[in-house]
Amino acid sequence: MYPEYMRPSLEKVDHSRNKRFELAKSGKPVFPSMSAEEREDVLTKFHPDYKTESRRKIRLGPNKGDLITTEVADMLESHARIKPEFFDLSSPDYETDILIIGGGGAGTAAAIIAAQKGANSIISTKLRLGDANSMMSQGGMQAAITPQDSPTRHYLDAMGGGHFKNKPDLVRALTEDGPDVVKWLEDLGVIWDKNEDGSMQVLHGGGTSRRRMASCRDYTGAIILRTLMDEVRNHPDKITVLEFMPTVELIMDSKGQCAGGVLYNIETEEYFTVKARSTIIATGGYGRLHIRGFDTTNHYGATGDGLVLAYRAGAKLMYMDSVQYHPTGSVFPEQIAGFLITEKIRGAGGQPLNIDGELFVFPREPRDVESSAIIRECVQHKKGITTPSGRVGVWLDSPLIEMLQGEGYIKKQFPAMLRQFIRYGIDITEEPMLVYPSLHYQNGGIEINDRCESNIPGLYVAGEASGGVHGRNRLMGNSVLDYNVFGIRAGKNAVPYAKSVKLGKLTLEHISKYEQALKRANIKTDRIAPVLLPSYTPEDVRKRQLTACYEGTLR
Amino acid sequence: MAIKKAAKKMPQKQTRSKAKPKSKAKAKPEVKKLTIFIMGKAHKVPADATIMGAIEYAGYLIKRGAGCREGFCGACATIYRIPGDYKIYTGLACTTLVEDGMWLTQLPVIPGPKAIYDLDKLEPNVAIIQKLYPEVFRCVACNTCTKACPQDLEVMDYIQAAKRGDFEQLMDLSFDCISCGLCAIRCPAEIVQYNVALLGKRLYGKYLSPKSPELKKRLIEVKSKKYDKEYKELMSMKKDKLKKKYYDRDLES
Repeated sequence: MYPEYMRPSLEKVDHSRNKRFELAKSGKPVFPSMSAEEREDVLTKFHPDYKTESRRKIRLGPNKGDLITTEVADMLESHARIKPEFFDLSSPDYETDILIIGGGGAGTAAAIIAAQKGANSIISTKLRLGDANSMMSQGGMQAAITPQDSPTRHYLDAMGGGHFKNKPDLVRALTEDGPDVVKWLEDLGVIWDKNEDGSMQVLHGGGTSRRRMASCRDYTGAIILRTLMDEVRNHPDKITVLEFMPTVELIMDSKGQCAGGVLYNIETEEYFTVKARSTIIATGGYGRLHIRGFDTTNHYGATGDGLVLAYRAGAKLMYMDSVQYHPTGSVFPEQIAGFLITEKIRGAGGQPLNIDGELFVFPREPRDVESSAIIRECVQHKKGITTPSGRVGVWLDSPLIEMLQGEGYIKKQFPAMLRQFIRYGIDITEEPMLVYPSLHYQNGGIEINDRCESNIPGLYVAGEASGGVHGRNRLMGNSVLDYNVFGIRAGKNAVPYAKSVKLGKLTLEHISKYEQALKRANIKTDRIAPVLLPSYTPEDVRKRQLTACYEGTLR
Repeated sequence: MAIKKAAKKMPQKQTRSKAKPKSKAKAKPEVKKLTIFIMGKAHKVPADATIMGAIEYAGYLIKRGAGCREGFCGACATIYRIPGDYKIYTGLACTTLVEDGMWLTQLPVIPGPKAIYDLDKLEPNVAIIQKLYPEVFRCVACNTCTKACPQDLEVMDYIQAAKRGDFEQLMDLSFDCISCGLCAIRCPAEIVQYNVALLGKRLYGKYLSPKSPELKKRLIEVKSKKYDKEYKELMSMKKDKLKKKYYDRDLES
């Protein structure tokens, strides 16, 4: 329930709704979309990435001298959890064709393909299988499937959204494979939203020129990932799932090829070695690093672990200075601060409004532009709404959707959102939500080509952990597509490689070398990475945890 | 007014996750606290905390029992009792608020067997339920599963649909299932409802959902390399020209 002092503003939203409805219904643009110059202006002035303290030069490794996100630089300039001399690599604990690091969308897709092609794999995952951002995507997946659309149009939209910095070969792979992925998932049993005649229901997302958002109500990720997980579990002979056992370092061989990883059982605190003929990093993103102090939409384990392992082994990163803030994270009530409010709300006609109930931006700009416009409205124009705990946000008018799409549409298409707010006495069919940008996605990552190969032989990367697909800004619905397209491609390409590669002597020498590089760069720190889990322990409790260092290496 | 109506649409059942309205923006001298019992041990926690927030506030580092933290993954199934009330309540730690005297534990894992199958070789009929999940037919229609569901789904009704081989209803009623397992742990017939639902949904999606003729056409186009030339043009285009093409493109309303 909203506090009384917000009532006057809520009344203004109610008051302006009819006029906004008439305009939206007319088919004319509800607000002018920004030109290239206007986009540039709002981004440089208000996007958090453009603040000077947001980026710094990294002092070692393959990207030495590049400006990257400060929190990521800190994480990469950290010590390893392990010492090479702990391990006898001549008798590994496990041997397999493919080590898949990460149990989300990309990892499960890769494992399914590998199994179909006769390869054995091990999925190493920090939490449970499926504890991933893939599970949480709500709004949909882009794919050019309607007659008025085409994969090349999708290509152009993705390039423009990414400020033309995307790697063209990756965007072609993403957009050209899109329709195939829709079919592949349906054959696995994914239930797409359909019209009566069987055609796909499609909506707009920010920055799309055609309606191409395919969806499963607002549980798109949950439906897709649970289907993929179920299929993984149907192949126990081929796929071994090791839960609560993240990979904390890669293992290399004497020829500079990737040859597996060191796994850490976070419950028993044992380490295990896996010798693998090829390795796929599918560890997802880094929202739990809380970059710039932002709340995040990400799952508990999103700590960018894959970046650390790959970087220490010599993999190149790309666009590691570019962070995505989702325009609409929740700011009220306090208990759900930062939670994702799907972009599908705006795709279905929802509008962001200021304290006076006025629309101040085209509702479907690309995410970085939309977020920056919301920040500008609150910070510069001072037209945000302040919550009791001191957060600020703008309204996201959902009742308008019921007027545009018909009564009952929200209940049918947004059950998760309805449920999220009704718990706190807010009925989004009758009242708007209060939103502000929330840390959402890692635009950059480990550089790959369209075969998912990194610059390290035998090391493949897929999904959010990779960089280049989305340039400097991802569009809605392209990450669900990304993890499917590149998860499948990683699986397809890792199998023949695994079958032909000749591994040399296994080594962890790259870790000692990295430690030496830290010393040479005069970096003095007690930080350890990968981070594995964020800590939400209050300060006073931490002060009393005097021997926390004995309680494993998690804290 | 709005809330009353909404509450009717989505009854709270036994999950008791109702929020207390926040007080106004008056000066708040200190955080209001209450006492809860985490695995039997008393802790003072903020009165407006979620169970998950309270567990972390008390100093626990959660390893099992947290996933998406937003109500989608089902990692944080929790059971609790309230003083003076005989009932066992269920909820997700990430979205359920603490109450004074709440006595709770998280369930680190739900032992829930899953049938192994090759979806390509199945047919969507009741025989498949009989074969893979015969315990479904032990359902005594007690409705305990429905009462336990933190998503407020009609769990018993979808199990009944499974018994009838009505895959459309099974799919529709179980669509929002997050596989937290609270139904299965309360079920006197030992059914693993969420896995039955998953099988039902996969069968519906693959065999029973209407197929898109447009998609079929597009797949043929892609396969025949129809877009190859256009891709090559776009990929070799100078940035300025590409940029112009982008800003000039028409938008579907």
